[in-house]
Amino acid sequence: MGEERRRSPPIRMSRFWRWFWTLVIGLPAVAFAVWALADNAKLFFSTAMNGLTLAALYFLVASGFTLVFGLMRNVNLAHGSLYLLGAYVGYVIGDKTGSWLLAVAAGFASAALFGLVLQVAVFRFMHGEDMRQTMVTIGLSIMLADILLWIFGGEIYTFDPPRAIFGRTPLPIVEVYPTYRLVLLAMSAAIGVLLWWFLNRTRVGMMIRAGVDDRGMLAASGVDVQFVFAVTFAIGAGLAGFAGVVGGTALSIAPGEDTRYQLASLVVVIVGGMGSVVGAAIGAILIGVAEQFGLAYAPTYSVVFTFVIMALVLAFRPQGILGRRA
Amino acid sequence: MNTGAGRYAWPASARERVSARPSVHPSPRPSPLRGEGVAWDGAWRWIGRRIGLRHVLVLLAVLIYPWVATPFFTFQIGAQALALGLIALSLTFLAGYGGMVSLAQMTVAGIAGYMFAIFATSGTDISLRWPWGLAVVLALVIATVCGTLIGWFSVRTEGIYTIMITLAIGVAFYYLAQQNYSLFNGFQGFQSVMTPAVGGVELRAPIPFYYLSLFWALAGYFFVAYLLRAPFGVALQGTRDNPRRMSALGFNVTAHRVAAYAVAGVIAAVGGVLMVWYNGLVSPGSVGTSWLINILIIAVLGGMRHPIGPFIGAVVFVLLQNFAVDLVGRERFNLLIGAVFLVIVLFSPDGLLGWWAQGRRYLQAQFAPARSGGRREM
Repeated sequence: MGEERRRSPPIRMSRFWRWFWTLVIGLPAVAFAVWALADNAKLFFSTAMNGLTLAALYFLVASGFTLVFGLMRNVNLAHGSLYLLGAYVGYVIGDKTGSWLLAVAAGFASAALFGLVLQVAVFRFMHGEDMRQTMVTIGLSIMLADILLWIFGGEIYTFDPPRAIFGRTPLPIVEVYPTYRLVLLAMSAAIGVLLWWFLNRTRVGMMIRAGVDDRGMLAASGVDVQFVFAVTFAIGAGLAGFAGVVGGTALSIAPGEDTRYQLASLVVVIVGGMGSVVGAAIGAILIGVAEQFGLAYAPTYSVVFTFVIMALVLAFRPQGILGRRA
Repeated sequence: MNTGAGRYAWPASARERVSARPSVHPSPRPSPLRGEGVAWDGAWRWIGRRIGLRHVLVLLAVLIYPWVATPFFTFQIGAQALALGLIALSLTFLAGYGGMVSLAQMTVAGIAGYMFAIFATSGTDISLRWPWGLAVVLALVIATVCGTLIGWFSVRTEGIYTIMITLAIGVAFYYLAQQNYSLFNGFQGFQSVMTPAVGGVELRAPIPFYYLSLFWALAGYFFVAYLLRAPFGVALQGTRDNPRRMSALGFNVTAHRVAAYAVAGVIAAVGGVLMVWYNGLVSPGSVGTSWLINILIIAVLGGMRHPIGPFIGAVVFVLLQNFAVDLVGRERFNLLIGAVFLVIVLFSPDGLLGWWAQGRRYLQAQFAPARSGGRREM
């Protein structure tokens, strides 16, 4: 980053300003929480739960996006399309076999395969040209969205998950809550832990982390960078496809969902910090919860909350909450 | 950090930039650096260098066009291409010369359209029914301010980050317009927005609207062409190529970039008002993701190395849009345009202008080997 950045608002805020902004943002938030709790505690908690499950979904989509970006500097603007691709393929497999688990596996596998082909056949030859790669993903997302619309039409599809995870679960305060959303929450946490284990405890994960820090040095140490890139892209794309089936079960799949999740992963990653999986988790929780509270309490302006969070982060920490300067 | 942005898309070669420098201050005096003949000779050369035969031909062609074309071609193809080209021109200015690929230029145009619809007269009760002149001024001012604000946010980041942030802002505005009924009338948007009539001439009639669009397109083109040679434009291109060095030279890089967004905001806002007059409506669909990206497609299709690029791209885009029916059927237009975009990005980073320049160089090499390596006018 250029020297001119030094003049932008300081990243390390003085203690006074930190307190000032905590109060300016925190006080209204606390006041709102107190009012909402007193007014309708059930609505407040169920909104919070909805926010967390949405955050779980956002994390699944955004973690793959941020992983790919962190390593390859590839802004995959076809990530939302991969979500939709996984969802549709999962639907077809689930419809044919009647097994929801197979559908999830198919969603992951199809998107991962597609991502792998993309990396090996296209992006490998554009190494270092990040703007051109981004443009290619834009073109791909347009084509993919249209091909999917062609094949599957504009109808809304829903999945048929096993009965065991599709009922309702009694919970304190919110009384009953859809079991599937709790399962989604648990799955997302499990994926998060798995991803952490993969990145921190395996050899390939180590290579990926090294690549995020310094691609050139990783290549110079004799690691087959192309292999690491391919693995990362496959995992990132696969996570999007996985989220497609899992999220499509919680909500539904329809054309246009790709844009929604593309926006979600963009905002989550901008807020959380590009290239950081933990940042994606934090960003997903912030955005998911803000979006649900917005929808519940100020329906016509809910997207404004998302936007305000993004603007605040950009204003005070342009690299994102856990992001590092490139 | 010198991101790939400058390197890939617009690697205006050093030679070209150097050769452009003597004409930074457009004065009729011959440049002492070149030591060319007497003053008169220099003046004629200067004019001759600027206004070639092709400029006259193109100008004549676009002026005569509506008198030979059918109203459909005048309005649907000609005027729409000019209005869209104007919006894409704002992106070309930002991306090609400032190195900032903003996907939110259609959002700025859309804000101008929405503001006009809100302040002027439309089929919706929300519209304030103020005089249309006032509405135009307000729409332009508000959209420009929004464009500048978007720039102010996104200059905090560079290169591909800019794409991400401007896309996020653009899509967020789309969802806001769709959700909000008190200001933006939600999903419906504003239908039958009234186009003004000046002195009994209905501006939305094909020929008046064509000339109106042509006027603003030419104004935008010459404004950008002038600005690029002015000190501001040269400094902006400097910040694209090497922000650190420009900063070390004492230029305020951030201020130049935000100013570039402001200029692009004005251009996009004018295009946005033209588009709302052209369509007679503005709805969330006008600022949806597909349109944000269509503007990028138009700019990339034409080529970002010259301000004429977006207009060429817009003509091709509009022709494809209208005649895709015969090629692939109306439903599959997105597939076609996506494929065209992909081919351009993969095989001709400079768009159609790049192919044009390549073809010229090839022909020059074929027919005049002695002149090979001569000046490139693109």
